[in-house]
Parts: sequence; structure tokens; C-alpha cells
Amino acid sequence: MSETIRIDEPLDIVKARSVARQLAARLGFSIGDQTRLATAVSELTRNILQHAGKGQCHISDCQNNDSVGINIVVEDNGSGIPDIEKAMIDGFTTSGGLGAGLPGSRRLMDHFAIESKPGLTKVTIGLVRRIK
Amino acid sequence: MKIPILKLGRILLASIQVDLSDEDALQFQGELLQEIAKIEALGVAIDITSMDVVDSFMARVINDTASMARLLGAEVIVSGVQPYVAMTLVEMGRELIGADCAFNLEQALNMLKSRIASRGDMQLEQDNTHE
Repeated sequence: MSETIRIDEPLDIVKARSVARQLAARLGFSIGDQTRLATAVSELTRNILQHAGKGQCHISDCQNNDSVGINIVVEDNGSGIPDIEKAMIDGFTTSGGLGAGLPGSRRLMDHFAIESKPGLTKVTIGLVRRIK
Repeated sequence: MKIPILKLGRILLASIQVDLSDEDALQFQGELLQEIAKIEALGVAIDITSMDVVDSFMARVINDTASMARLLGAEVIVSGVQPYVAMTLVEMGRELIGADCAFNLEQALNMLKSRIASRGDMQLEQDNTHE
């Protein structure tokens, strides 16, 4: 399964987190993991609206014999994050928010990668669980 | 998306039942404060039993709403935080929910009543006798 959601307005945040949650539920992730994933997607897609105005959220799954995972790529073509190290510090914000979005999302996920330059900011997150 | 705000004497009850957009959340904040000021509510219970995602933005709206309501003079209790929502909020770090919490609406109401009584506002029913 692979789905791309355009993030243009606040309702798209609701849609993206709901698609992520439904996929996680379908793949058998626990309700705790469903919530972690939906929350991280919510934080990252809101960042797009606040900093770049629009962008995309790609949601896909990957399954093999002993594990199942969800990968999510959230990207925009905005001006980029000037200082990623600072952006990952709790409480650091340039938007008047809480500064909890990026560092919080990293703590919720198994995988977290961020790259940013002017014209492309890409955050990749993932959860992987063993199949019992 | 309008969140119903119910009046029980001078206590207001709001139960958030849907997945709110950011705009809906801010609209709810404004409407709740208006209603608190209008009836001079002594207590407010915000029930979030049905909310399965509370991210940092929503947590801030809830906290801010509670602080604003307190500035007006109302006691505020948030009820029904789901276990997995609590886990996620704490894992995200920082104290994202600082409002006083209760397991459910019934406990929230009891807490409100006892706080209202202890601060000397015994009369919970709205006094309309001079109107």
C-alpha cells in the first residue's frame, strides 16, 4: 500500500493522520503505536503548513517474513530549515509554537531522519514491529 | 464543526467527540470562553474521552483554554485522557498537558463542585431572581 496526501490546508493534517492510523491498525500495530504514528504525522504535516505553506505526505508499508513496517515521508519545497540541530532541540521554535513537533516526533518513532536545504525539506519516519 | 457546550447550572460541559482540525480547535476555544463569560460559569469540564490523537498543538489549545478560563474566574478540569494519548504526550517530552485532569466526567463534576464550594461560591444554580 502506498498513498500520497497533499498538504495544503489544516484539514489535510486530519486526513494524513487518519490515513496513517488506519494503515497501522490494518497492519496489526498496537493502539499505542497507532497513536504514536498519527501524532507524529500530525506534528510533521503541521510543520509543512506553518513553514512552507504546502507539501506532501507519502505513507507506505513494507512487509517481509518476520516484520512489518510503516514508512512515512513528509516533504515540502519551502525555504528549508536553517539550523537542523537547533530545530531538534526541545522548545526551540521559529513559529511561536511549542517547539515540540520535531524532537517529540523523533522520540515517538523507531526511525527518524531529516534533511533540509532551500527548496527541499524531507522528514522520514518509520515504525517496525516483529510479526509474532 | 461545532462542539456543543452544555450548561448545568453555572457549570459548563464540553465533550469533544470528533477529530478536530486546528481551526475547529481554536473556534471551540473562542466559543467556550464566550459562554463562560456570558453565564459567569464557576466551573468547566472539558471531556476528551473520544480524542484518539492529541498532538502538541491540540495539547496547547487545551492548556491555553484552561488558563484563559481560569483568568475569567472559572475552575477547569479536563477529563477522559486515554491511556495511549497519555503515553504519547509524555513520550513526546515536555509537559504538554498541565491542566488538572479527572478519569471521567462524573469525577470532573465532583471535583468542580468541591472546588467551587471551597472557594465560597456555594450557589451553583444561576441566580435569576433579580431579573
